[in-house]
Amino acid sequence: MKVHSWGLLSNEEHQIELTDSNFKHSNAIGIPMGLGRSYGDAALNPGGAIWLTSALNHFIAFDEERGEFECEAGVSLREIQALIIPRGWNLPVTPGTQFVTVGGAIANDIHGKSHHTYGTFGDQVISLTLRRTDGSEMLCSPEQNSELFAATIGGIGLTGLITKARFALVRCTSPWIEMESSPFNNLSEFFELSKSSAIGWESSVAWIDCVGTKAGRGIFMRGNPAAKAESKKVKERQLGLPFTPPISLVNKATLRALNTGYFHLNKAKAGHSTVHYQSYFYPLDAISNWNRIYGPKGFYQYQSVIPHDRAESATQEMMATIASSGEGSFLAVLKVFGEKTPRGLLSFPMPGVTLALDFPNRGASTLELFAKLDEIVIRSGGRLYLAKDARMSRPMFETTYPNVSEFKKYRDPGISSAMSRRLLGA
Amino acid sequence: MKNIAIIGATSGIAQACARIWAAEADIRLILIGRSQERLTQVSNDLKVRSPKAVIESYEVNFTDPRAVAACVTYVTGTYGLDIALFAAGVMPTQELLSTSPALAAETIALNSISPTLFAEPILQFFTNQNHGTMALIGSVAGDRGRKANYLYGASKAFIATYAAGLQHRFAKTPIRIVLIKPGPTATAMTAELQADGIRMAKPEKVAQDIILGISKGDAVIYTPRIWGLIMAIVRKVPAPIFNRLNF
Ligand SMILES: Cc1cc2nc3c(=O)[nH]c(=O)nc-3n(C[C@H](O)[C@H](O)[C@H](O)COP(=O)(O)OP(=O)(O)OC[C@H]3O[C@@H](n4cnc5c(N)ncnc54)[C@H](O)[C@@H]3O)c2cc1C
Ligand SMILES: NC(=O)c1ccc[n+]([C@@H]2O[C@H](COP(=O)([O-])OP(=O)(O)OC[C@H]3O[C@@H](n4cnc5c(N)ncnc54)[C@H](OP(=O)(O)O)[C@@H]3O)[C@@H](O)[C@H]2O)c1
Repeated sequence: MKVHSWGLLSNEEHQIELTDSNFKHSNAIGIPMGLGRSYGDAALNPGGAIWLTSALNHFIAFDEERGEFECEAGVSLREIQALIIPRGWNLPVTPGTQFVTVGGAIANDIHGKSHHTYGTFGDQVISLTLRRTDGSEMLCSPEQNSELFAATIGGIGLTGLITKARFALVRCTSPWIEMESSPFNNLSEFFELSKSSAIGWESSVAWIDCVGTKAGRGIFMRGNPAAKAESKKVKERQLGLPFTPPISLVNKATLRALNTGYFHLNKAKAGHSTVHYQSYFYPLDAISNWNRIYGPKGFYQYQSVIPHDRAESATQEMMATIASSGEGSFLAVLKVFGEKTPRGLLSFPMPGVTLALDFPNRGASTLELFAKLDEIVIRSGGRLYLAKDARMSRPMFETTYPNVSEFKKYRDPGISSAMSRRLLGA
Repeated sequence: MKNIAIIGATSGIAQACARIWAAEADIRLILIGRSQERLTQVSNDLKVRSPKAVIESYEVNFTDPRAVAACVTYVTGTYGLDIALFAAGVMPTQELLSTSPALAAETIALNSISPTLFAEPILQFFTNQNHGTMALIGSVAGDRGRKANYLYGASKAFIATYAAGLQHRFAKTPIRIVLIKPGPTATAMTAELQADGIRMAKPEKVAQDIILGISKGDAVIYTPRIWGLIMAIVRKVPAPIFNRLNF
């Protein structure tokens, strides 16, 4: 059947196979897919097989004394949080959506607003079970099969099917977050705010305006778990886009209005507030198919990280490049990573600043802009995030991910994806 | 404490039912299946979800009359029983069934005969205690034979007729017989159909309908409910027209 990823850039025929814990790989070359929340081609394999992990949906153990959770790899973070938060525990690391699987969280070694406090999802993993296409099953941890463990964390599905994993939790006092939001006028102010939030704030993130003359202003948000339970009732929020609009609703005509509106709305709300963790961490989850607002041609997300020494100047330069290109982004997110070096051979985060931008797919002009941004990223010693990528060149990948040749040793020869063929040649 | 036996507890639909039941207060679930390993997987999952629920499991060969009888004696004697749900089943393609008589025989043994092996001694127990609900999963496929799956359909039509007979037998008693007819549901059974992009009901939705129907003691549950209407029409299409349709 036809399958697309989150960015809706392609929709091609795949052979779908449902995996469960007894899964036997067929002869077709395949790639695991969780909830398909990667934007590009990490979980796509046109003409070949996709191994859907939705039947790997069992919880295995919840150690409420030590704060450890074990489950099969197709379980979503949303299901886990719904279970553990009322019982006083939480996941230390989650991305901007709860609709990702444990397998996907490990295979992209995802990060969240708490990166400066807890590192990546892979940093929480105590052990995982990997099923290779030769039929072997391996327990991997920092002690056992540690090289394969390091290759699998951030290994974009290429080392085997993760069937289950055990990971560490953090204590959680309530589902509420005490948050503070502060408008800033330029990048220097952003970096100041980040520095002052590195300690004492569990999570932080900023939205930044990158359109027009006011580009560089934004809203800085930081939060801590609220100490005691609020008794407010939360409504299950779930809106949906009923159809794909014929053109992108995010376009030149609407972008400036969207950005200005967003800035002033949030500036007006600046200050302290207590908010539910879902609306603080996963605001976009309230609209189920928001990716469709970009219309039938889909959209790209461009997410880079730039090391500290060049962080401000390179970000400045990227913003200027975007502003002068006429392409614009509504969802522009900026965050300073912590100092922890991730475990995965292909993990994305590094000490520095990450910028994530959504662009409607306008064909050649969008790609031209990316080429200019690539040049800044490479020159500054940064890299792009594979979970979001659909178009990076192989030379750029090889220059910016230093462990590529080491990683290749741990690949499963029965696995290949559109991304692996594009970036690793097979 | 309410005792519920789920026979074929590892099935996708049964697991979704078990997750709902386990969340109720004062429940013991007795999971019956052919493989202890698979039962442990399901039981661990339920214990994480609902630490207060009591979960037991029992491995048995579903088509061995003596083993099944022993299983029922053990379960009713050790725990007692209020509700039993039979949910095991297989659906090989008609093409395979047409060319492999052995597979056809196995399919009928599991889908049609096995439920009777469990139901008769369970109903004997219910009769003695004068209450209990026996639920059997048939299928919309049992409502009318189609070329795509008539042997499977026939094995499910057996369940429908069997359940109707039991309903007749227990009509004047507090014992309830519930016949469940799911439409296509996204479980391992329909993996290949799902892979072709055919839309299916979620097992969670089907399970909600089943549990509500069982609690009310409904005679027949179509789930999702729209299938009651669809099948009413499908049953009425005259054969000359029906036989020209391709589905
Ligand atoms: C709204 C939104 C916000 C996001 N915010 C963030 C964020 O803040 N930080 C961040 O890091 N990411 C973020 N992401 C990206 C997302 O977290 C990752 O793409 C994640 O990997 C998606 O998980 P998935 O289950 O959908 O996996 P998929 O996208 O289906 O697959 C991702 C990769 O994992 C592999 N994989 C999946 N399951 C398995 C398995 N069982 N075994 C082996 N390999 C497997 C696939 O082969 C593929 O390479 C965001 C995405 C969205 C849509
Ligand atoms: N899914 C649908 O679309 C659909 C529609 C209508 C009716 N139904 C009926 O609903 C019931 C549940 O189906 P499902 O979709 O949930 O099925 P499923 O997930 O495929 O599960 C099948 C179950 O049958 C068990 N089983 C298979 N062979 C067996 C054997 N020889 N002995 C004992 N147990 C055996 C399996 O046990 P293991 O786990 O040990 O393999 C499993 O528990 C079945 O009766 C099915 O016919 C399903």
